[in-house]
Amino acid sequence: MRYAVPLLVFLAMSVFLALGLGQDPEYVPSPFIGKAVPPFTLESLDDPLQTVSTSDFKGKAFVINVWGSWCPACYDEHPYLLEYAQQGELPIVGLNWKDTREDARNWLARLGDPYVVNAYDPVGDAGINLGVYGAPESFLVSAEGVVLHKHVGPLTPAIWQAEFLSRVSAL
Amino acid sequence: MSLRHHPLGLVAALTIVLVCAPSHAIDSETLDDPVLQTRYVAISKELRCLVCQNQSIQDSNADLAKDLRRQVRGMLLAGRSDTEIYAYMTERYGDYVRYRPPWRINTLLLQLFPFIVGLLGVTLLWGTLKKHRSRQSVSTPDEAERDLSLPEDQP
Repeated sequence: MRYAVPLLVFLAMSVFLALGLGQDPEYVPSPFIGKAVPPFTLESLDDPLQTVSTSDFKGKAFVINVWGSWCPACYDEHPYLLEYAQQGELPIVGLNWKDTREDARNWLARLGDPYVVNAYDPVGDAGINLGVYGAPESFLVSAEGVVLHKHVGPLTPAIWQAEFLSRVSAL
Repeated sequence: MSLRHHPLGLVAALTIVLVCAPSHAIDSETLDDPVLQTRYVAISKELRCLVCQNQSIQDSNADLAKDLRRQVRGMLLAGRSDTEIYAYMTERYGDYVRYRPPWRINTLLLQLFPFIVGLLGVTLLWGTLKKHRSRQSVSTPDEAERDLSLPEDQP
């Protein structure tokens, strides 16, 4: 009995700390999940005279992929994006974040272009409006314009299958 | 004689440069209105930079912190209230962005934890002291007796 209380306190703390160890301290869950995607209207990366708007994609689920040519993890992710684009199950809309038009275009010309269209956000305000805090980040948006999921970090085939495709097929 | 070649002229020129330099420095991070500036600094200290691991956006030089500070400045200049600015940030980044998260069911443990630990400490201390005191008051005569009796036991 004398040792029961310290033991219980120790066990309770162990459980909390163990749970904490399993969490990624850099992961911040998106408060937008289940809510309408914050709208943006930006210049197209390819053509400054054209605009890209979230409302352009109503009617089909799509992915917003936040990327920049300055971002090493985006480079790692890129080959997979090309694969998913070829499979054609979900259109990938690029949000070119805090980049220069020239660098971004060269990057796509060199590595291939998986995007149906790219919105150009050089200052980064549209990204912040989406709650972006790093690149790459990917948002899954339903046909109704609701954010179903957000993945922080590079997409991999397993994540694409489990968190993006399965969520859309479940609808 | 030109200004440059006259000793006093040089001093005058340097003085002018030194006096004028601060007002010419372009500091895009300062707001002209001192009231807004104070609010800007206070808000920036309350917002967590999400990529810098426990630095406020005021303390961090990360790109994201700069961008978030720009957002705060923009909103202050647009006449938004502190509450609106915090709400904007929380809508986008969740409660995590604030160093003082609001009272909610899921933050209750976080908010109450210091008090729980404090209460536990006081209770333990009180219990220990009480036990200690009662043991002292009971055992002292015994010990005193034993102490006194010890020398007598010796041959």
